[in-house]
Parts: sequence; C-alpha cells; structure tokens
Amino acid sequence: MRSSLVRSRRLGSVLEAVGNTPLVRLERVAREAPSVEVYAKLEFCNPGGSVKDRAASRMITKALEEGKLGGGKILIDSTSGNTGVAYSLFGAALGIPVRLVMPSNVSKARKDIARAFGTEIIFSDPLEGSDGAIRLVREIVAKDPDIYYYPDQYSNPNNPLAHYHGTGVEILDAVGDRITDFVAGLGTTGTIVGTSRRLKEHHRPIRCHSVEPDQPLHGLEGLKHLESSLVPEIHDRQAYDETLRVSTEDGWDMADRLAREEALHVGHSSGASVFAAVELAKKLHREQGGGCIVTIVCDRGDRYFAPMKWEKRYLW
Amino acid sequence: MATVRIPTPLRTLTGGKDEIEASGATIAELIENMESKHPGLRDRLLDEKGVRRFINIFVGDEDIRFLEGLKTELKGNEQITIVPAIAGGV
Repeated sequence: MRSSLVRSRRLGSVLEAVGNTPLVRLERVAREAPSVEVYAKLEFCNPGGSVKDRAASRMITKALEEGKLGGGKILIDSTSGNTGVAYSLFGAALGIPVRLVMPSNVSKARKDIARAFGTEIIFSDPLEGSDGAIRLVREIVAKDPDIYYYPDQYSNPNNPLAHYHGTGVEILDAVGDRITDFVAGLGTTGTIVGTSRRLKEHHRPIRCHSVEPDQPLHGLEGLKHLESSLVPEIHDRQAYDETLRVSTEDGWDMADRLAREEALHVGHSSGASVFAAVELAKKLHREQGGGCIVTIVCDRGDRYFAPMKWEKRYLW
Repeated sequence: MATVRIPTPLRTLTGGKDEIEASGATIAELIENMESKHPGLRDRLLDEKGVRRFINIFVGDEDIRFLEGLKTELKGNEQITIVPAIAGGV
C-alpha cells in the first residue's frame, strides 16, 4: 500500500539511484540478544550492487566539477572489485573510459562485471594482495600523469564524505531516535570514518566500532588487517571508538547463516560485520538489557562464488 | 627441494623472504618441514580439517584441491605457491 505522500522514484540518471538503502531487522541470527535490535543496512541495493557506489559516485562527480576528469581522461584506480564495478558503471553512464588495476586472484565474477561495462583490467601480483595493486597503479600513473585521473579511494576525502553526507544521515533518519551502536568493516576505511563522524554529531551518544580480520592472512575479501597493511590516508582512528576482530571462519559461517536464516545472501565481509554486531548485541543484552545496533551489509554473496570444479584452472 | 612462494602477509614468519626451500614427499610433509624452519606457518595454512578454506596451495599451476589435497605427492623440484583466496582490502 502506498502512502499518499510518497511516490516511486523517477530518476534522470543511474547515479541518482545511489543511496537511500533500506535497514532490515535481523531477528533470527540475533535471537540470543532479544532485548537488542540489530539492523543491517542493505548496501547491495545500490545500482552497482555494493556500498562502494557511494564513494565512487561522489569522487567522480566532484572530479568532473573540478575539471580533473572529462575530455577523454582515463579514470584509473586499484580496486579488488566493488569500487571497480562502481567506477565501471558510472564511467559507462557518463562516457568516461575506465582502467582498473587488481590482483589476479580477485573473484572472476567481479572481473567479468567490470569488463561488461567496457572497462580494461590490468592485473597485479596475487601474492602481494591489494597493496601490490596500489603500488602498481601509482607506477602507471607516474609514467603518464597527463592521460589519467587517479581518484585514489584510499586518500580521497570524498570517500568518507560520501558516508558523512549519505550513510550517516540515512541511518539517523531511520533509527536516530534509538541507535546506540554502529558497526562497520574496515577496508579503505571510508565507511567507518565518514559514517562515524556524522553519527558522533548526533545529540544522542552513539558508539562506533570498526571490524577487522583477526589475522594478516585472512579470507574476508574487502577487509583490511590495518596493522599489517598500508594504512589509508583517509583513516582517522579518532573517528570511531574501538576495533572488533573477527576470524575468517566466523565471518564465512555468519554469511551462510544470513542466507539460510534471514534470506540475505551476502559477501564474507558482510558476514564478518554482522558476526561482530551480533556478538556486540549479546554483550549489550547481558550488560545493559537493551540497545540498537546498525551494521552494513556491503554486497551480495554471488560476487564471491568460487570457481566450479570443472573450471579447474584459475584465469591468471 | 621444492621452492615455495610466500604471500606478503606470511613473510613476517619467513624473515621477510618471498621464497623459501622445503622438502617432503607430500604437501603435508612439506608443510611440516616448513613449520620446523619457520614456526607458525602450519597454523596459518591448516586447521583441524586440513587446508584452511581461504588458502589455496598450488603445485605448479594446479590447485591441490583438484589433486590429492595434502596427500599430493611431490617429486622434489616443484614450484609451490601459497595464494590467499582473496585479495585482501578493497
């Protein structure tokens, strides 16, 4: 049933479809903490299918406004996937050529999606992970600085600002009257830093928790183990309160449970964030007998389907 | 001796080396041999069920999951590569 005050959106461009994602209550996976509300913000509802649409659309829009992009300049960046999909989508929408550097062990689905939009992919050493991709893109840009625009999602202030003006505001709009805690995974750190900065300005106190893998070698694609990584320039440790650490196994198992119990088929990093949120919910239930937690579901699980048995060889 | 290529996050255990030598008639023995030289490696690669789900071990171009797993036999001059299943960090 439609309220008379609301009508379906009619948009001039796919860029306008970014944001305003729904919050969904997680009842079943958080059943051990009945006094605490746990919500997942479904970022896979963005047009590129992930939270990265927010940073990418703002970085591109601002670069066009400032004249750093346009006139045939190639957008180039390092990304292990979702940001690349977002760049590719908006590049296609705006007629901007896109080139991406990614480690060759990124899931095939994400390479294929980026290519479908006409993007060119350059591979970096899988043994060096995303930091290897960052180093390679810097070399490429240094050789031909005039033909490229390098948004550098790890250093671009428009990455956290997208969350400051978007994610944070939307969360307060939805549950500003009762949110007590915010939980988000840490990759570029844009989501946790930008959203937390906005939530900290709210008149009610909100505790903000980042989620990191418990080990340098992990299987939570999209998340960074900060201590053993190149720390992104946009990272601001003062923006949030504490770090929750999650093992790969716990993150993967929660991703499986979310599909079966909540009908949310999400990626592993989202599994890790929800796992951390549920652990926190249990603690709040025990210690305070209530609370309201919002966490971020970054993307859908189908981006990570492993190669089938008959696809025996990885495409490296 | 087989040559084993080590991914960046594990190089803290190999004194910064990106390649080490190890021996063994199977992958399981090779990992034990690596553990004796670089303690801590085994736990990063294996759990109680075998190779951790997010670790891929290659003999040449072949993922051992599609060979005989930890029982995959080695002749002794192979190139072994340990690759995290993911890229780590968007």
